[in-house]
Amino acid sequence: MSDYNFAYLDEQTKRMIRRAILKGLAIPGYQVPFASREMPMPYGWGTGGVQVSAAVLTPGDRFKVIDQGADDTTNAVSIRKFFERTTGLETTTSTAQASVIQTRHRIPEAALAEGQVLVYQVPIPEPLRFLEPRESETRKMHELEEYGLMHVKLYEDISRHGHIATSYAYPVKVEARYVMDPSPIPKFDNPKLAECPAIQLFGAGREQRIYALPPYTGVVSLDFEDHPFEASKADHPCGLCGAEDSYLDEVIMDDAGGRMFVCSDTDHCETRQAAGHRGKDAA
Amino acid sequence: MIDLQDVSKTFTLHNQGSAVIEVLGGVTLSVRPGECVALTGASGAGKSTLMRMIYGNYRARSGRILVGGTDLVTAEPREIIAIRRETLGYVSQFLRVVPRVSTLDVVAEPLRALGTAADAAEARARALLAQLNIPERLWSLSPTTFSGGEQQRVNIARGFAHPYPALLLDEPTASLDAANRAVVLGLIEQAKARGAAIIGIFHDEAARAQVCDREIDVGRFTPGRAA
Amino acid sequence: MTPLLSVQGLTKHYGAHVGCADVAFDLYPGEVMGIVGESGSGKSTLLNCLAGHLTPDAGAVVFDTRAEGPRDTLKMSEPERRMLGRTDWAFVHQHARDGLRMGVSAGGNVGERLMAVGARHYGDIRSQATDWLGRVEIDAGRIDDRPSTFSGGMQQRLQIARNLVTGPRLVFMDEPTGGLDVSVQARLLDLLRGLVRDMGLSAIIVTHDLAVVRLLADRLMVMKSGHVVEAGLTDQVLDDPQHAYTQLLVSSVLQV
Repeated sequence: MSDYNFAYLDEQTKRMIRRAILKGLAIPGYQVPFASREMPMPYGWGTGGVQVSAAVLTPGDRFKVIDQGADDTTNAVSIRKFFERTTGLETTTSTAQASVIQTRHRIPEAALAEGQVLVYQVPIPEPLRFLEPRESETRKMHELEEYGLMHVKLYEDISRHGHIATSYAYPVKVEARYVMDPSPIPKFDNPKLAECPAIQLFGAGREQRIYALPPYTGVVSLDFEDHPFEASKADHPCGLCGAEDSYLDEVIMDDAGGRMFVCSDTDHCETRQAAGHRGKDAA
Repeated sequence: MIDLQDVSKTFTLHNQGSAVIEVLGGVTLSVRPGECVALTGASGAGKSTLMRMIYGNYRARSGRILVGGTDLVTAEPREIIAIRRETLGYVSQFLRVVPRVSTLDVVAEPLRALGTAADAAEARARALLAQLNIPERLWSLSPTTFSGGEQQRVNIARGFAHPYPALLLDEPTASLDAANRAVVLGLIEQAKARGAAIIGIFHDEAARAQVCDREIDVGRFTPGRAA
Repeated sequence: MTPLLSVQGLTKHYGAHVGCADVAFDLYPGEVMGIVGESGSGKSTLLNCLAGHLTPDAGAVVFDTRAEGPRDTLKMSEPERRMLGRTDWAFVHQHARDGLRMGVSAGGNVGERLMAVGARHYGDIRSQATDWLGRVEIDAGRIDDRPSTFSGGMQQRLQIARNLVTGPRLVFMDEPTGGLDVSVQARLLDLLRGLVRDMGLSAIIVTHDLAVVRLLADRLMVMKSGHVVEAGLTDQVLDDPQHAYTQLLVSSVLQV
């Protein structure tokens, strides 16, 4: 036998992961332990997301992978190729046409729809990790909803910087119960987590945790009454498509301080350009 | 106000061959409001021991020690503390305080413990310290570094800060000069006038004659010598 | 009057070794009780059993809760007991670093208990933290500094502020002045006395320092080999000790 099993993992492993996913969907925001497998890529390159994708992909799916919003970066290209080879599925760069989207550190700009699945790669699933190093204690804090410590982190931010300086992996509370790390997405994306019609799955391979948000889940970013949450972005339009409302990457152009701001979501930017939108730096 | 009935006291020294020392026996005495009684007797007769028992500091072996109706022999610690806070004042020969606390705070503390506002308690402390001729420049300092006479006057000020219905005075005039001695005797007379029941130990015979209504020789309570 | 804390038959064994045995007492509101004894006498075991850090083998620790009156804390669910631990109870550790978050600023350390009980207004939290730093005599300018930059005495005062900010009714203290310079000890004792008086706190203080209990505690329990050998008014126990062990303890103190 020379072929891989569909989506690389054997069927028993996929069943095990699916059970973890179902449990995660049943308890939104709760971190479900699972027996993470060795994958043919290093930890930190999306082993958790890849295992979740492998467990949810079925024949007929159309798969899209983005890394920081882009379809054409090394990580995205490698994972896309990995699944092309092990599933034979069709892949796409179009957000609207994909049924399963694996993402590293972004939520696509285009609104997701019912029936779609968004799979996040998660480096550190425990939002309390850097405040309380003991796993036994953080589990207890989740169990008993003792989340005062999470606000201590935001307090420290304000006392040091005058505002909440946490700009990515911004902690959220799910359905007024579990505090969750949304993976290192920019806080600009946080509002998109809430009431999303698509299924959102989070996989952490090294840390062996899966958690999930079922469709239309209430997700609130933590804040203070006098320092409310703000979804911030660079105060520019996209240089290529002119979009005013998308999350931007800053690109350094030369050694003289020249720079431009472009959409981090390449599909969003290209779709807009194809529709005739132009920014000031467009060729 | 202060009423002792058949009180006895022994010390058992467990670490010195379990020696049992009988100090006092059959102590019965009573002090009415407005009355000042002097305890007399030779050194070692048990004057200080008796006074400490009335304050609840030493435990009686038997008998009843009633202060304002509460029996200190059987009272719970919190009841004794309440009596000391509200009813029973004690001027000892020694000053025992937290090292860095100012003299003003030391004197005001009994009033603060009763819930008196800080400024009212301090005003009373200032008046007493002035009356007892403690120089104002010392008021903000801790009394731990004061001379013996100054420490004693601080102790007296502390003991008279609150108008206790019952007072125990252990050698209140011992190391004072004539002027301060007169001030202290005046304070005692004022306390009697407002109805305080007072028990005191005075080696100073003239002082004793001036403020005390009667004398009780503690020597007659010494076990074996009692009638 | 209902006791704030009523302890009955509290017993803890470590295998064949007795941690503490058959301890019983009532603590009333506003009372400060000292527990003294030499190392290994069971005083820390007792304190940890009372505070819910250790599970005793037998006994009851009945606390007069605000909402429901007297309840046995050993029979409470863990969430209830932990809630008590950050509202009505406080625990001051001997080593400040056990009771502080060394990587979090002084203000964050004091604010944590407020945030843990639902405070969500940064300005209010900060002003309360500032107020408490003042009450424990730490310069308000140090509010954003980490406790690792503080002296031992300041760390201990910060730990006290962090514990008292939610207005607890019962404070457990384990050798609160241990390991501090004598001059710093005196200042801390004075501070604790003032706070106990002004807030009407009840406290249980474990120490081997008889001078500390004389200044802080209304009453005293003397422990030896896990048993309470003598209890009573602090100055009475120290000045007229009845039990052989207490007499030995008191007579062994070096006079300065």
